[in-house]
Amino acid sequence: MLRYFLTRLAGAVPTLFVIVTIAFFLIRAAPGGPFDQEQTLPPEILANLENAYGLDQPIWIQYARYLRAAAHGDFGPSFKYKDFSVTELIAQGFPVTFELGSLALALALLLGIPIGTFAALHQNGGADYAAMSLAVVGIAIPPFVVLPFLGLVFGIYLHWLPVAGWEPGSWRHLALPVAALMLPPLSVIARLVRASMIEVLKSPFIRTAVAKGLPLRSVIWRHALRPALLPVAGFIAPAVASIMTGSLVVESIAGLPGIGRYMVQGALNRDYTLVMGMVIIYSTILIAMGLLVDILYVWLDPRVRLEQ
Amino acid sequence: MRSFLDDAARRLRANSGALSAMLVIAAMILLALIGPWLNPNHGETLDWLHVAMRPAAQGAHWFGTDRLGRDLYVRTLEGARVSLAVGLVASAVSLLVGIGYGAVAGYLGGRTDHVMMRIIEILSGLPLVFFVIFLTVIFGRSEYLLFLSIGAVGWLTMARIVRGQTLSIRQREYIEAAVASGASSRRIIVKHVIPNLIGPVVVYATLTVPQIIMFESFLSFLGLGIQEPHASLGTLIAEGAGEMEAAPWMLLIPGGFLALLLLCLNIFGDGLRDALDAKER
Repeated sequence: MLRYFLTRLAGAVPTLFVIVTIAFFLIRAAPGGPFDQEQTLPPEILANLENAYGLDQPIWIQYARYLRAAAHGDFGPSFKYKDFSVTELIAQGFPVTFELGSLALALALLLGIPIGTFAALHQNGGADYAAMSLAVVGIAIPPFVVLPFLGLVFGIYLHWLPVAGWEPGSWRHLALPVAALMLPPLSVIARLVRASMIEVLKSPFIRTAVAKGLPLRSVIWRHALRPALLPVAGFIAPAVASIMTGSLVVESIAGLPGIGRYMVQGALNRDYTLVMGMVIIYSTILIAMGLLVDILYVWLDPRVRLEQ
Repeated sequence: MRSFLDDAARRLRANSGALSAMLVIAAMILLALIGPWLNPNHGETLDWLHVAMRPAAQGAHWFGTDRLGRDLYVRTLEGARVSLAVGLVASAVSLLVGIGYGAVAGYLGGRTDHVMMRIIEILSGLPLVFFVIFLTVIFGRSEYLLFLSIGAVGWLTMARIVRGQTLSIRQREYIEAAVASGASSRRIIVKHVIPNLIGPVVVYATLTVPQIIMFESFLSFLGLGIQEPHASLGTLIAEGAGEMEAAPWMLLIPGGFLALLLLCLNIFGDGLRDALDAKER
């Protein structure tokens, strides 16, 4: 197990390297540069700036320098947010984004799994249809439409929750963004659990458990749930990716000071180091999720044999 | 004896939800196509007498106007045209790439298949949204390249599905017959494999269209997609979200249109999948 984990971890490094390389050259290929302004800078000043940031070097030297620094945890200075290093910017915003995203994922799992199980137990009944209709809505309508609607209803008409803004430790400011962000993964999870639970409930070992006279509750808890969760484990990595994507817009609508805004702003401003820092952070999280999922698989289904 | 397709059509007709979704989609497409002509206003004309006006018959602004006095009825429908066009074109791009790639990988098999699938695996592990953001930044304001870059990331799942189907088609007698009669791999893929993939491809394609429309709106919402003075549903929603306190219709009308469109496309796609795949019931 440990050995498998370590080989996978070693395999993650080249993946990250490929991502960083593609991102580095893609963003450099974009027209314009970080010092473009309304007024063109005098050439001497521009040359000085480029010299100070090392942009006057050939691109492959810049690339090598960046890789070396990044490997030591130094993501460089931001081009647009003067006086801030990329590490500082990300360290400031990351806790907010992390709180938002992890709450959304946790709630999607905690609500989606029971809803899916419930729907499976009442297959083709009224509750099933109601749950699955809601799931279609949750999948179809993206967070950037749901969140303003929620803000309009709960913020502007009912005055229950703030429409936007942020105070550290305040759940009321997070409630609507989390709700909007968790809806798509929650719906997918409910659907996946429903489908796999229906399959699992037909299998012989469940029939045996029922025939032994076990109450339904323990049949579900002790026997059916674990195998039924396999597809959910596979969905966790895509769910994290969709929550990350969603948080780019959700943070900007709700005015949360997370790191979501840096991705788009950084790309538009040609803030090379900031964009690269964001790519590294997000890719690392996604790769880590992939590893976590592999471990979850083994726990959920002992038949899964780890290769190598 | 009933054929497979007759059965599927019968199941689809029995699914009233999917049928009504189809009717609503048809109505919305029709409205987007001819709706703007039914109103005297233009989507880019500024009506300074009616700025940020709520929906009213006055000045024929049936859905109200935005901050600059542009008619929201016309703008929403023109935005819907753009969103639908992007959805269809980008889906077609991802469809073509996905079918070609998947069919080649599945038919050739062996090492080629292994390498091609490995590439897909790596690509789908990447945070694709970043690369689309980069591509839109690189390609700048060109809407055609926007179609391409959205389509370029949408083909991965399609390629996987097509490969899986191709693996089973490859075992059929008619392929063996084609090989025996000396047809080239290229000819077999184009003439025999791809035509037999239609079922699952159609189903997945109907589910791709809403995903891509959603993605285009997302990019436009971020300011990376369609640019002013043109609008797509995403840019209109972004504008509306900023004004929702004073002028909620500016959010509700394009937002409602997009929500209904995506919902119906999803319901229809699900219904189609259930109709073609009897196992799912």
